[in-house]
Amino acid sequence: MRRAFPILAVATLAFLGYAFYAAWFVAPTEQTMGNVQRIFYYHVPSAWTAFLLFFLNFVASVQYLLRPSEVGDKIGKAVALGIAALTCVGAFLIKPLPYELEPGAVATTGIMIAGIYFLVRGFFSERGTDILALVSAEVGVVFCTVVLVTGPLWARPVWGIWWTWDVRLTSTLVLWLIYVSYLMLRKLSTSGETPKLAAALAVFGALDMPLVYFSIWFFRTQHPQPVIGGGGSIDPRMLRVLLINWLAFLCFASLVCWLRFQLETMKRDVEETQALEALLEPGALR
Amino acid sequence: MNYLYAAYAAAWMIHGSYLGLMWKRYREVKRERDALSGGL
Repeated sequence: MRRAFPILAVATLAFLGYAFYAAWFVAPTEQTMGNVQRIFYYHVPSAWTAFLLFFLNFVASVQYLLRPSEVGDKIGKAVALGIAALTCVGAFLIKPLPYELEPGAVATTGIMIAGIYFLVRGFFSERGTDILALVSAEVGVVFCTVVLVTGPLWARPVWGIWWTWDVRLTSTLVLWLIYVSYLMLRKLSTSGETPKLAAALAVFGALDMPLVYFSIWFFRTQHPQPVIGGGGSIDPRMLRVLLINWLAFLCFASLVCWLRFQLETMKRDVEETQALEALLEPGALR
Repeated sequence: MNYLYAAYAAAWMIHGSYLGLMWKRYREVKRERDALSGGL
């Protein structure tokens, strides 16, 4: 993997460059908003990436709490499988689905939730899930910050105001604050129980995610309605550029998460060795 | 158009700052690792 890193980094940079070119020069100019609408190609993919990372943090935190107990692990697996089965059956039995949701999209989401759960379970040890939770929250906060900065920069010329306290905007700010608190807890607490406390906070913090996501369906907000799914519509050329940008940001986020994961692993290895050396040879840490 | 430039610049400044912070942390951890008597 270490040898592949420069290749992956160059490929990701090239992809980001192409996504930037597509956003500025390939996507058609929106008729009413003009060029400022192109902020959308950074704002929306950053939001989707942040959601995915916070969801990863949620899954890793749940596993960190459940896996030490055999019963907990079984419950976790059963719930993941249950979500996949229920969404698949429900998506095709309930007709029509609320908010014009596509049955295929609902079923795919359910399967993806279970898939992510089992992937994390299969590839990460107990320490790995704790590191994954930390890394995904940290990178998620970075992407969520991009969302909170680019949003007002779009709103000012389009709405005439930088910010409004409507449900979508406020719940996104609360989501950001929850994960900043999570990172502060992990940074400042010296207790040995910190990973457990942080995992519990992450599980409750994740409850804000559906509120943010569905707020534009459930409440009348100033934020634009969904552009894909939920009955929204978008020019196919704009949709293609949006998906290219999201894919590029996903590659970038994966690379950053991988780097951060390696760094955290290295840091913990050093701390463990330091502790061991202090025990064996107290003079070694002089 | 200025808002568009500002948004793209801000997005990359945020990502750049985070990468810079990670690089700083890496150098600190590497220094600590090198200082270990037995090494890793």
